[in-house]
Amino acid sequence: MAAITLESVGKTYAGGVTAVHAIDLAIADGEFLVLVGPSGCGKSTLLRMIAGLETISSGAVKIGNRVVNQVEPAERDIAMVFQNYALYPHMSVRENLAYGLKNRGVPKDEIARRVAEAAKILEIGGFLDRKPRALSGGQRQRVAMGRAIVREPAAFLFDEPLSNLDAKLRVQMRGEIKQLQARLGTTSIYVTHDQLEAMTLAHRLVVLNGGRIEQVGTPLEVYRKPASTFVAAFIGSPAMNLLQAEVSGGRVRLGGASLPAPGAADGKVTLGLRPEDLQRTRPGAEGALLMNVAYVEELGAQRLVHGTVGGQSVVCAQPVESDLGDTLTLTADPAAVHLFDAASGKRLG
Amino acid sequence: MVENRRFLNLLAHLVLILGVAFVAFPVYIALIASTHGQNDFLSGLIPLLPGHDTIRNYSAMMTQGLASSGAPPLWLMLGNSLIMALSISIGKIAISIISAFAIVYFRFPGRMIAFWLIFVTLMLPVEVRILPTYKVVAELGMLNTYAGLTVPLIASATATFLFRQVFLTIPEELMEAARIDGAGPMKFFWDILLPLSRTNIAALFVILFIYGWNQYLWPLLVTTGTDHYTIVLGIKRMADIADQQPEWNFIMATVVLAMVPPVLVVIFMQRLFVKGLIETEK
Ligand SMILES: Nc1ncnc2c1ncn2[C@@H]1O[C@H](COP(=O)(O)OP(=O)(O)OP(=O)(O)O)[C@@H](O)[C@H]1O
Ligand SMILES: [Mg+2]
Repeated sequence: MAAITLESVGKTYAGGVTAVHAIDLAIADGEFLVLVGPSGCGKSTLLRMIAGLETISSGAVKIGNRVVNQVEPAERDIAMVFQNYALYPHMSVRENLAYGLKNRGVPKDEIARRVAEAAKILEIGGFLDRKPRALSGGQRQRVAMGRAIVREPAAFLFDEPLSNLDAKLRVQMRGEIKQLQARLGTTSIYVTHDQLEAMTLAHRLVVLNGGRIEQVGTPLEVYRKPASTFVAAFIGSPAMNLLQAEVSGGRVRLGGASLPAPGAADGKVTLGLRPEDLQRTRPGAEGALLMNVAYVEELGAQRLVHGTVGGQSVVCAQPVESDLGDTLTLTADPAAVHLFDAASGKRLG
Repeated sequence: MVENRRFLNLLAHLVLILGVAFVAFPVYIALIASTHGQNDFLSGLIPLLPGHDTIRNYSAMMTQGLASSGAPPLWLMLGNSLIMALSISIGKIAISIISAFAIVYFRFPGRMIAFWLIFVTLMLPVEVRILPTYKVVAELGMLNTYAGLTVPLIASATATFLFRQVFLTIPEELMEAARIDGAGPMKFFWDILLPLSRTNIAALFVILFIYGWNQYLWPLLVTTGTDHYTIVLGIKRMADIADQQPEWNFIMATVVLAMVPPVLVVIFMQRLFVKGLIETEK
């Protein structure tokens, strides 16, 4: 187990593409850190640099107290779980688990002990002698995790390990990964583009955009105080409504409506309102938002109402039993009002 | 419809049976001819039923050969052919799998040049470069040696391309997983690439064995003494004698024996080939 430190780590590919721009990040010993961001934002590249599968163009990666820039992947004391599992197809599950240990010269009885232990933790004891081909997707996923566990590494690196599973299995494996990490206490870095996976798994999450860190924080911090419109739109589902608005006299105004925005400087802003923070209020209430309803999506637990406020599209979540008309009168708590700079998209206040 | 289909079925089978008969008949003739005595051919008609001289023909050929046409005993020629076919197939597979490994998995200066050089040799089959190759082999003193018989045929690019294609289908993550698991390049080659290429090696072995076994032109050029005659060369010499009736019974006995090893290789390797197909997945 070890802390991992990134000191202005950057990556420029041979073709001149800069996939990662000087990233600084300290991952504590035992922490579960999730890297999240849209496709192509450099998550995999960053993870692969930590793993040693990609050369580091600038900066330094430290595992424990050791700079590992020039260290072979096998010597970095990390284990990686790949999106397509990358199990050796011609080896049985047992051999797959044992291969890395065998190459390290771990004694036979120690290998057997660790394989048995991993098999017990992951409940894969029933098919240790099968080939990966004869396993279901979820079982392969477990074997891939087993291959990481038996190594007893300083850190686990996961690159979208659940994205090949169906939705139900994904939720189940997500829970198992979380418990497993808590139990082993091994430092873990987990890459995903799924914000829900990121929210549920992370101690801290790092939102990446275009090879730069947009925000670092606990899932709740990021959810409650998104640092930019990018994070605001990316984290949370359904996504936060972002509306063009203007601040004057301590209120943010949108057409005829206005919401309290204490302390905000006058000028153009982007107003962020989470669909679940929009509440109905009595018609004609002062400053309320008037929403024209376009259509409704029933989700079972709640319903999502799509429509427009002052010509800008808005989604709001409502209880299932609510009776809706053609227009909704909505308001929001001052605490639920997010303001972003209209030009840069950075959070205000 | 049912009636109609039955008719089509019959027709299909008829065509198939005719086709098989057409292909198998010469083989049958060869087999029958090898069981008759020398005199049974004088009439000019080829017998269609087995004769009584099977054992005499085969044992004579195995132990003495056909002195009149300068052919050594068959076991010698069969042995030579076997050495040649095995050296060519094993040599080709060994060289090409290693070069494909280098081309696919290593970034070294001149990699593309190496690749294209190998590619260019594709355009130069043995027959095209036979005279210069002969000169080289002669000047290296390799005439009438097994090395002279096999080495020039080993160098080729086809197999390299096949293995390159195979390696390109193996996901890159497998290599990365192996790297993290502490397998260096050679360990990766032995533990992962080679087992995953098993089926392709088997298929290639069959093709190359038959290719090597059936070589005629090159052995004809580089062998002058009977010590290094191959079986195909022997058959040709026996059939080609001047001023005399070819001794068909002996020739056909040779032909039948010459067919056995390739057939065995196909049968044996086919099982491994199919088994491999079922077992591995990339
Ligand atoms: N070998 C390479 N050569 C050049 N550019 C590359 C290479 N690999 C990745 N890139 C580029 O680097 C950027 C980041 O890629 P990366 O694979 O890290 O994205 P990602 O965040 O993992 O995306 P995804 O969610 O789709 O996996 C992309 O713009 C990609 O095109
Ligand atoms: Mg990726």
